[in-house]
Amino acid sequence: MNAREQYIAFMTILRKEIRRYTRIWTQTLLPSAITMSLYFVIFGSLVGSRIGEMGGFTYMQFVVPGLIMMAIVTNSYSNVVSSFFGSKFNNSIEELLVSPTPNYIILWGYIIGGVTRGLAVAVIVTCVALFFTNLSIYSFPVVIGIVTLTSVLFALAGFINAVFANSFDDISIVPTFVLTPLIYLGGVFYSLDLLPEFWRGVSQLNPLVYVVNAFRYGVLGVSDVNIEFAFGMIAAFTVAAYLYCMHLLNSGTRLRQ
Amino acid sequence: MVPALAIENLSKTYGNDFQALKGISMRVEQGDFFALLGPNGAGKSTTIGIICSLVDKTGGQVKVHGVDIDLDFAGAKKFLGVVPQEFNFNVFEKTRDILLTQAGYYGIPRTTAEERADHFLKKLGLWDKRDTVSRMLSGGMKRRLMIARALIHEPKLLILDEPTAGVDIEMRRSMWEFLQEINAAGTTIILTTHYLEEAEALCRNIAIINHGRIVENTSMKSLIRRLHKEVFILDCGDALPEDIAVPGFVTRKLDSHTLEVEVEKGQDLNGVFNSLSQQGVCVQSMRNRANRLEEMFVNLVEVAKA
Repeated sequence: MNAREQYIAFMTILRKEIRRYTRIWTQTLLPSAITMSLYFVIFGSLVGSRIGEMGGFTYMQFVVPGLIMMAIVTNSYSNVVSSFFGSKFNNSIEELLVSPTPNYIILWGYIIGGVTRGLAVAVIVTCVALFFTNLSIYSFPVVIGIVTLTSVLFALAGFINAVFANSFDDISIVPTFVLTPLIYLGGVFYSLDLLPEFWRGVSQLNPLVYVVNAFRYGVLGVSDVNIEFAFGMIAAFTVAAYLYCMHLLNSGTRLRQ
Repeated sequence: MVPALAIENLSKTYGNDFQALKGISMRVEQGDFFALLGPNGAGKSTTIGIICSLVDKTGGQVKVHGVDIDLDFAGAKKFLGVVPQEFNFNVFEKTRDILLTQAGYYGIPRTTAEERADHFLKKLGLWDKRDTVSRMLSGGMKRRLMIARALIHEPKLLILDEPTAGVDIEMRRSMWEFLQEINAAGTTIILTTHYLEEAEALCRNIAIINHGRIVENTSMKSLIRRLHKEVFILDCGDALPEDIAVPGFVTRKLDSHTLEVEVEKGQDLNGVFNSLSQQGVCVQSMRNRANRLEEMFVNLVEVAKA
C-alpha cells in the first residue's frame, strides 16, 4: 500500500471507532460525566470543604486534575479493549486481517480511536469541573504532552488486554482489579506527603502516580514527583507497550491460527 | 500467463499436532472456475485460511498471481477476495457501511468506494437494505453481503467458502448466475461447497482434498467421463410384474410402480426400454437416483480412506 492508501485505511479504522463510541454514547461518554460530577459534589464540595487546603490549593482544585486524568485513563483503555475484543469475538477482525492494511496502521487506528474517546471525555469532565471550581493551566506543553502520552499508553494497554482476552469477563478483570486500585492509590485524592515514609516509597512503584502528578503539575504547577522523571517513565512505558503490541500483531498471537 | 493461484507442497500442523495439510500442491489458472471439494475436516478451510493470512502455514509456498505470500503478503492480498464460511461482519454496522469500511481497508478513496458499494448493493439485491443494521438481514442476504464485501476492491481471485450454505434454491440459482457473470468478466473463482451439483454446474476444474491430501485434481469433464455407472429411477404407469427383470442390467424394484436400474459405462438405455416394453411396462418418467458427481466423490474419498 502506498502512503495515500495507508492514510485512507487509517482514517477508515479511526472513523469506525469514533462511529462506534458515539453510537453508544450513553454507555461510553455519559457515564464518566455523571461519575465525575458525583466525585466533584461529594469529594470536592461536601467533604473537600472540611478538608481545607492541600498542596497550597483548595481540595476541589487539587482533585480536579487527578479526576480528569482518571477519566482519560479509563476511557482510552476501555475503548480499545472493548472494540478490539468485540471485533475478535464476532470475527469481524478478519475483515482487517485479510486486507493489505499494514499492522502498524491497524494498531494506530485503534489507538487513536481510544485516544479520541479519552480526550472527548476529558473535555466533558473539564466542562463539568468548571461548574465547581475555576481552572487555569500552568503549562500547556506539559498538559498536552502528558494527556497525549497517557492516553496512548493506556490505549496500548487496552489493546494488549484485548488480544489475550478469551471472554468478556477477561476484559473487565484488568480494569477492575488492576487499573482502578492503581488509580485510587495513584494520588488522585491525596498528596503523597500525607503518607508514611514506607507507603510513600511503595507509591513510587505505581505508574499512575507519575501520570496524575505530571498532569497536576501541568494544571496547578505542583507535583509530588520529579516532572522530567515522570515524563521519562511514561514515555518508556509507552514505547515498550507499542513494541509489544506490534510484536503481538506481527506474530498473530491469538489472532491467527 | 502466471496462474491465479499456485500452491506447492503446502503443509499445516496445528498446535495440538493435528496435521491438517500434508504437502498439497495445486494450480488454478486465471479465469478458471475451480471447485475445491472435500468432506468436513479435510483441509479446505485451512487451505483458504493460509491463502488469505488467517492461518499460518507450517511449510510450502503460496503464490497469488505470481506474488509469493512470504515475500509480499500485502501485494498478494490485493488480488484476493474472500467469502468465508461463517458470517464475520460487525452485526451492529449498517449494510452499506460494512462495504465502505472494507473498501477503506484496501485504501480505496471514499467516492470510488461509494460508487462500487452502491453498484454491488443493487447487483446483489441489497439496495433496499443499504441502511439496515446487518444483524436484521436474512441468512441469504448476509451471504450476499459477504460476497459484495469480498468484491468491493475488485479482486482478480475470489475464494468462496460454501457461499450458498443455508440459502434457498431460488436465491442459490441467482447467486450462481451472478458468479458466472463475474467469472465471465475475468474474475478467477475458487469455490468450496457441499452441494456437488453446484460444483458440477459452475466449475471447469476440480480438486478433491481428503485428510490433508489432494486425492484428485482434474477437469470436471474428465472426472465426469470417468463415471463408470449411473443409477436411474423409472416411474412406471402400471404396476410392475412381480418377476420384473432387465437382462444385462442390475435392477431393484423400489415399490409397485418404481424401478431402479444401474447403467454401466458403455451400455445404452435403449436396451432397458426395449426389455420393459416387451414386458408390457410403460415408463412415464425417469431421473437420476443421485448426483453423478456425488457418487464419484464418495468413491474417491472412500478409496483415500482405505
